[in-house]
Amino acid sequence: MSDINPISSLASAERTPTTIPIAGGSRLQLAKWRVPLSILALCLLPWLLPSKALAVNVLIYGVVCVGYNLLFGYTGLLSFGHAAFFGTGAYVTGIAIVHFGLPWYAAVFFGVICGGLLALVIGALSIRTRGIYFSMVTLALAQLVYYVALQASNWTGGENGLRGFTVRKINIFGAHINFLDPIQKYYVLMAFAALALWFVSRILNSPFGAVIEAIRENETRARACGYNIERAKLLSFTLSGMICALAGTLSAMHLAIVPLDSLHYQTSGMIVMMTLLGGAGSFFGPFIGALVFLLMEDVFSIWTSHWQIIVGSVFILFVLFLPKGIWGTLLAWRMRK
Amino acid sequence: MSQVLLSVENVGRTFGGFKALDGVTADFEQNKVTAVIGPNGAGKSTFFNVLSGVLAPSSGRISYKGRNITGTPQHRFTHLGIARSYQITNIFPLLTVHENVRVAAQALRTRYNIWSHRDRLKELDEKADAALNAVGLHGRRHDVAKFLAHGQQRALEIAVALVADPRLLLLDEPTAGMGPEETKDMVALIERLAAERTILLVEHKMKMILGLSDRILVLHHGKLIADGSPQQIQSDPEVRRVYLGQSHGYA
Repeated sequence: MSDINPISSLASAERTPTTIPIAGGSRLQLAKWRVPLSILALCLLPWLLPSKALAVNVLIYGVVCVGYNLLFGYTGLLSFGHAAFFGTGAYVTGIAIVHFGLPWYAAVFFGVICGGLLALVIGALSIRTRGIYFSMVTLALAQLVYYVALQASNWTGGENGLRGFTVRKINIFGAHINFLDPIQKYYVLMAFAALALWFVSRILNSPFGAVIEAIRENETRARACGYNIERAKLLSFTLSGMICALAGTLSAMHLAIVPLDSLHYQTSGMIVMMTLLGGAGSFFGPFIGALVFLLMEDVFSIWTSHWQIIVGSVFILFVLFLPKGIWGTLLAWRMRK
Repeated sequence: MSQVLLSVENVGRTFGGFKALDGVTADFEQNKVTAVIGPNGAGKSTFFNVLSGVLAPSSGRISYKGRNITGTPQHRFTHLGIARSYQITNIFPLLTVHENVRVAAQALRTRYNIWSHRDRLKELDEKADAALNAVGLHGRRHDVAKFLAHGQQRALEIAVALVADPRLLLLDEPTAGMGPEETKDMVALIERLAAERTILLVEHKMKMILGLSDRILVLHHGKLIADGSPQQIQSDPEVRRVYLGQSHGYA
């Protein structure tokens, strides 16, 4: 490998004009600041949107999509069952408070851990399959979790959802925070969202981040390079599930109720749609996707109770004409400039 | 005397009732170039897939450096020192040339680390640059791989395999789809690599094989029908009948 003589024509052959200027410049600069910039945007969110309730929803669904994006956007695995981890995070948090009387932070901790364990199991079962089969197995297993929650009504409240817990006041290092005040609540939940963003950015910058990217680009080649694809996918699946579970725990604290729908496949589908609208494989895209989806829901549901028809049409248009999503398209456009 | 690096004993592979490989036995010595030839459907690709761990053999035994590696999962092969290229160009199309090679180099260093910073692994950059130098692609390291010319993509794929510093390099039709100029360069590259590596290649271009190889294996219907030096193979009546006679178009 010490030979430095370049092979003449292989090396100097026509320099095609298609060369993309990757020049460290803008792409790397933005990547470096993506966590602080994203957190800044989230800080401003409640003051930019018409209602605080919408801001909290964007935050929570944004975090789910950030978790989902790790698997879908960066590892290239289309799961249709991520509501299972979102819902499990929410239910475990609620159950920990209602049935075991645990403090909120312990409830959040167990919510994330249980969501991660479930992701480990569902991941281990589904990763044996590929493509559409993988999507279907995740969908089926997630629906299994839904029906378990439906049947175990002593624990979960069944069809009515889990009720009877309200987080009113919380103490963080001596600071008393009134959780019933929407703004104070928003910033507490945002702290968790910031943590999730930092964690995902950490993963993407790590050697493992390079591995999942390689798997997304070319699984066969990544395997031939010496990567254990199954293990890497399972790790990505589990980390992704944990972040979705975190979003679930935030949702439980926010709503003070866990609706059974949080486990339903419609929620899984919504996560996929939000992520695609915003831009799968872009860092901040998930929040944009959640924002646009929830705004569309708010606006169109005033006009008609069939708002999903309009949202569905918009989604189809995106898949056909803007497959990179809103944020992904903007980033690509910015790079080309 | 050279040492035996890879030893294939009575290896077979069936797909349903079809015998794609049937009792192939051969030893491969270090730092030799061996070409595997045969008509389409002779089992060349299956042979390569078995040697690189993509397929487990249905019967027989493969040993590498004296160690039985039959049934070892494919991702372990690179770590053992066996790397391959594919017949159809197989790279990471949306990564840059440098990233392609770097991520391949990383496999030997760290795989599941989510805490450290990937850009801080400077030795990977050096390894990647060395491999790109060796195939003459260093000047295009920042270009996105899918925009390279075909011959350059083939060279990139070899760099991706090479960065693992393999003892055994399996090249599946390295000059497929190349023009005469590109083929000449690829042959020069393979000759340079052969100085310190064992190389097995599947090829159709007879002239190239005869000039390049120390030894030629001929497969036909999954069976090894000839095994010898280029001169022996050229004069083998059986080989002439099944293969060389039909290959005027290639040669």
